Amino acid sequence: MMTDATEAAADKIRCDACPVMCYIRPGAAGACDRYANHNGELVRVDPHIVLERTVSHGGRLVPFQAGGDWDGKIVHEASVFVTAIGAGTTYPDYKPAPFIVSSEIDGVDMVTVVTEGIFSYCGVKVKIDTDRYLGPETATVRAQGEAVGHVTTSEYGSQMLSLGGVHHLTGGSKKEGRVTCDALMDLSNCKPVELTIDGGATVVVQAGYPPVVNGVAEERMRVGCGSATIGMFAKQWQGKVDEVVVVDDHITGVLSEHQAGKLLDIPDTGIKMKGRRSTPGRYFQVAEPGTGWGGTKISDPLSVLGPFDPKTARPGMTMLMVSTTGEHAAYYELDDALKPVEKPMPSDLRLSVERIQENCEPALCTVLFMGGAGGSLRAGVTDNPVRLTRSVKDALTRVTSGGAPVYVWPGGGITFMVDVTRLPAGAFGYVPTPALVAPIEFTLRLSDYAALGGHMDHVRPLASLKDSTEIHQIPLQQSAPGPRV
Amino acid sequence: MTRAPQVRFLADGRRLHLQDGPIDLIVEARGRAADMRAAYDAAMQRFSGLLDALCEELPHLRQAADPKRSPLKGAVARRMHAAVAPFAADHFITPMAAVAGAVAEEILAAMLGNARLDRAYVNNGGDIALHLADHEQFTVGLADRPNLPGLMRTMIVSCDDLTRGIATSGRHGRSFSLGIADAVTVLALTASQADAAATIIGNAVDLPGHSAIVRAPAHDLQPDSDLGPRLVTRGIGALSVVEVRRALEAGAGCARRLLATGLIDGAALRLNGEVVMVGARATGMPGVRTPDRSRASESAMHV
Repeated sequence: MMTDATEAAADKIRCDACPVMCYIRPGAAGACDRYANHNGELVRVDPHIVLERTVSHGGRLVPFQAGGDWDGKIVHEASVFVTAIGAGTTYPDYKPAPFIVSSEIDGVDMVTVVTEGIFSYCGVKVKIDTDRYLGPETATVRAQGEAVGHVTTSEYGSQMLSLGGVHHLTGGSKKEGRVTCDALMDLSNCKPVELTIDGGATVVVQAGYPPVVNGVAEERMRVGCGSATIGMFAKQWQGKVDEVVVVDDHITGVLSEHQAGKLLDIPDTGIKMKGRRSTPGRYFQVAEPGTGWGGTKISDPLSVLGPFDPKTARPGMTMLMVSTTGEHAAYYELDDALKPVEKPMPSDLRLSVERIQENCEPALCTVLFMGGAGGSLRAGVTDNPVRLTRSVKDALTRVTSGGAPVYVWPGGGITFMVDVTRLPAGAFGYVPTPALVAPIEFTLRLSDYAALGGHMDHVRPLASLKDSTEIHQIPLQQSAPGPRV
Repeated sequence: MTRAPQVRFLADGRRLHLQDGPIDLIVEARGRAADMRAAYDAAMQRFSGLLDALCEELPHLRQAADPKRSPLKGAVARRMHAAVAPFAADHFITPMAAVAGAVAEEILAAMLGNARLDRAYVNNGGDIALHLADHEQFTVGLADRPNLPGLMRTMIVSCDDLTRGIATSGRHGRSFSLGIADAVTVLALTASQADAAATIIGNAVDLPGHSAIVRAPAHDLQPDSDLGPRLVTRGIGALSVVEVRRALEAGAGCARRLLATGLIDGAALRLNGEVVMVGARATGMPGVRTPDRSRASESAMHV
């Protein structure tokens, strides 16, 4: 460790380790940061050299901490801002998480382990509120021509996509991995991404905003198809009107013929629908698709009706026609010739139309980031990673991502999902592996943290971080940034 | 002399580590196997004796540069002077402000003089000289802390960009700063230009006369510092967000002037967790990787 010190002046020594010949004051280091003046002696403080010697002498290794033995001024400070080329692909498994913050909450000593996890095993689950056909199930979803995921199940009023995952990130070509990583990061950071589905549509997805399908932005989710609307509101219409037709591009519903009407003993009205009957009270293709009533092109709803059957219909019968979003509605009474004539709508029927409108939610894209906390990330939090997992399962440890609540999947490991609109802006990053970098915090009682093998020597009181350069208060997003109609 | 310069490949077998005194280089070359060998040989050869030659002119290198002429003779020393000369008329600056970048550049030039490479870099403790052949690019990461697995920002430098040098300056580094920036990272035509500009911009990130900033004469800390009696930043107490932004804005103003005169291609200035970026093009700036390329090229963001 020692080299000869020459020209030791009263307070400074001259280093002869290299031709720079630095004068070094006590407690300081030379220009190289490798040699220092320790009480008048020139000492070598290069961590790599120390490490190599320890290994070559069969010594026991302990993780090197900058400033561990020395007074901290010699070696680089831990907060040094460095530029690195080709860095960031290694996983320093043994390093304690950057901040392990302890703060007092309601008199209980709490610990938040703040770290950024690198997630190779990660992806996003996208829910797109639309009734439009986006593509067949299991079809490949592409960004910039590269496969980034696939179409999965249809849910009520929505289509689900599963994007990313380790297979696309690292299992395919380099470009596929890069494009997947970009798409995941942009989606997670609430930016718009254009996706093309093999054998289907092109859709622009942005968390918290309506989907744009083949260039057309969705507005509202309908309350249900025409048939479902009948089912939902049949009871509210009973006794107030003789017939209800819910006009829908997909399935138009007719109350008196529908199963829901039958169950309520609503009598036949002799109504005659155009279009193809699917099952009783449910009709396909009553009109061409368009921007009129219920996603059809019609502006006069009577055009989907044929003449009433005179054997059943009688003059004075009442009928409500309404679209699936409640945007369009009209009230009719049959005249003596059994022709429907539009009349002012009674207030209780008006109320049911408003109820339909109220139940139509704005169409949105929602993006859930899903990732698994691997061994190295957990090791940053505790020296016994599996105890952290168990602690999370036992609900002693609360997991958050950028402060946002997460859903932790049951079963092994710490696999969680989080609504990306709940995280602060720009919370997600990436490393060239490629893999995503996402914030993840574990909050638990200080005593529990010690019990599960936490890095107690790295715990810092929250107050000590307040004025430091290393922490920055970011207001949390309370809800999606998109329009909430 | 008891020194033994270190010349060896890192554990991954493809990056060369050269260390001598305060010089610490990580070198990587990509190309045909024969070219890579030739490049690494050239780097090692040029490296031997480089520090000795530099130190012969050390007294001159530690003096304020003259914007017009220079008595310096060595190749690296001349690169250093050339890099700081554009600033010398308006600022106190010595060629030492560009030493790291100039060394990186000199080694890279030796490699390229002896081999045809697809891409190569010489990283001198964060001051980096780049080479990019057609269709090549580098992904450069800015790490918040070296012990943190993630990268704070990344940026792409491609062959079509003018940038061939990257440097970072700040008060946490090995050299002193007159300013208070945690870090100023600069993209420029060459590594030495980036190095000099990062020093100038880093000095400009400041709150002159602020009571929370602890300063000390450079020569009290390092007896032979080229900054002599000038006050260098030793510590920073509590600063309000408004003060942080004011300091960063002072630096950003300086960066914008350098950008306008073509002395830099872009800069990222960081203080107390706030980052301000100045850049000619959105894609060239760290972290600006959005599908929307029309975004403003300058932005302040929280990290």
